[in-house]
Amino acid sequence: MAATGSSGRPALDAMAAAAAGPVAVSRWSRTATVATSTAGLVLVLLVALPYLAGTGITQALVTLFVLVSMAALWNLLAGYAGMISFGQQAYLGIGAYVVYLVAKGGLTPFAGIVAGALACGLAAVPIFALLRPLTGGYFAVATWVVAECLFLYVTNALWLGGGTGVGLQQLSAMPPVLRQADTYWESLALMAIIVAGVYLLVRSRFGLDSRATRDEPAAAAAMGVEVGRTRWLAYLLAAAGFGAVGGMLIVSTLYTDPASVFSINYSADMLFMVVIGGLGTMEGPIIGAVIFFAVQEEFAKYGAWYLVAIGAVAIAVVLTAPAGLWGLAARRGWSLLPVGYRVRGGPPPGPGMGRGGGGPGG
Amino acid sequence: MTWVNDVFQGLFLGGAYALTAVGLSLMFGVMRLVNLAHGDLAVCGTYLVTTVMAALGVPLWLALPVMIPLAFGLGMVLQLGLFDRALRTGPLAPLLVTFGLSVIIENLLQQIYSANTRGVGAGNLDVAAVHLGGLVLPWLAMLKLLLALVVIGGLSALLRLTGWGRRVRATSDDLAIARLQGIRVRPLFATVTGIAIGAAALAGTLNAVTTGVYPTLGTLTLIFAFEAVIIGGLGSLWGTLVGGMLLGVTQVLVSQVSVPYAILASQLLFLVVLAVRPHGLFGTPQAAG
Repeated sequence: MAATGSSGRPALDAMAAAAAGPVAVSRWSRTATVATSTAGLVLVLLVALPYLAGTGITQALVTLFVLVSMAALWNLLAGYAGMISFGQQAYLGIGAYVVYLVAKGGLTPFAGIVAGALACGLAAVPIFALLRPLTGGYFAVATWVVAECLFLYVTNALWLGGGTGVGLQQLSAMPPVLRQADTYWESLALMAIIVAGVYLLVRSRFGLDSRATRDEPAAAAAMGVEVGRTRWLAYLLAAAGFGAVGGMLIVSTLYTDPASVFSINYSADMLFMVVIGGLGTMEGPIIGAVIFFAVQEEFAKYGAWYLVAIGAVAIAVVLTAPAGLWGLAARRGWSLLPVGYRVRGGPPPGPGMGRGGGGPGG
Repeated sequence: MTWVNDVFQGLFLGGAYALTAVGLSLMFGVMRLVNLAHGDLAVCGTYLVTTVMAALGVPLWLALPVMIPLAFGLGMVLQLGLFDRALRTGPLAPLLVTFGLSVIIENLLQQIYSANTRGVGAGNLDVAAVHLGGLVLPWLAMLKLLLALVVIGGLSALLRLTGWGRRVRATSDDLAIARLQGIRVRPLFATVTGIAIGAAALAGTLNAVTTGVYPTLGTLTLIFAFEAVIIGGLGSLWGTLVGGMLLGVTQVLVSQVSVPYAILASQLLFLVVLAVRPHGLFGTPQAAG
């Protein structure tokens, strides 16, 4: 599928023109129209929810929205750009502490979330410069070390509350119902922006470039893809996204401490959601997040066994169905959020072209 | 004189890091597999030792010979059942699988043994030391350094001198050609992983004599082992020893100035090496790919 590498559209148009018979290239489908319209309706319903349901439900949904946001971002890195990172909690932490500092300075935490995203985008520049020569497992563990360094620093930094953590006093003073509704809308907006943003990115030329880079960096470079720049951009955008999510974490719990916000458990959760749902698919991480959320809500009372089970399922999925649950659906040609190009009236789509690209290694 | 003593303590600590890391280095060198569950498997060995000691009422030095073959066997089973298949599936699969395994192990240990720190009783081995002028030479630390030297030296000799070593090196150089030459790769990989996990479990247990053991200890164990491998250079076993020693000396020297920043300092040393010399001190540039 390297032919779609750098200039997907013209190459495919040429292919379409060269093929005999009336064929056309499509990027959309009737299923996709139904799916996105339904999603739009659900979104409207969700916006109205604080007027209809109690805080118990909206609080649980904030957790779900945060999980979906994290899964979508981790998938952008691992599923599309081929960079597995176990250190994205570094940006969750930076985002959370920036919100704390901004709120302390007298601004609203909402401004803090934006500032957190910007700060993480900036912090990602030197960090990526450091990690750039590494690939695969070495990249993954090195990102983890960066997060560990931040954890150790913050634990000893008294101006950031040290190991005991910091609270958002300003928000604690707000009426709880109003605060909960605000938090809910902010997390909903954040999730919508992240999912839509990742989708538009993956549909753009950047999406083609990143998938080509993931599958075969050398071949992608030979086709004219700027491999280094593509990886850089994916890393930076994901970092900014994680910064905003980290800000959301402290806004929703009103409190953060280094041991929990810089925890490797976030990376484990992201891996499980994305792998089980479908690595390198648009729909998969969302489904994975919903499943993970349901399992966590239902089984967390039995202790850590549910993590053992989810881990085992994730390993089984990697080894037997690398494109995850959604990959099984995509095999039937389903696509709710199509990112590829499809020749209408032609033969059924091949892997990587008709749908969002295959699993790890294609 | 105190700083000379500090350097010695750092070298001993480095020996312990290297003994943990040598398996990680070996597995990467031979199979290009980054085993993210390496630290947790080392911790498994420690818990196994405490269980054997409690069940049979035997001291540490008798429990170790029971545990090490079991760890070796566990390594072989994991390789044959899981890692082989992950390596065949694609470049990202080994990472996802071993990280998943790491989470499973940590949570299993937590459910079985609780999150509390456990001690590993070793008589008075953890406090006994030789005093030599201003130098304090703890027996346990010297034992770990000695074992690191023996394991690394022994592995190097095995790799260089025996038929097994020739097959491993051939497979590491070119898997396809090695297969064409009739080398049976699966059992070979299984022995490599067995050795790696056995050495890690031994190191983990001896380290736990001083620090105790808890279910999530494997995370930090992996990070230090990984840093020793990268600083030393990929694919170089003696480099791993040097890498471990640099980490250890840095940590001990900085802890004399500020204890809270000692671990941070060794992490930063790793990042500096990464920035200045990404392929490590004794590695070759292309191995980092």
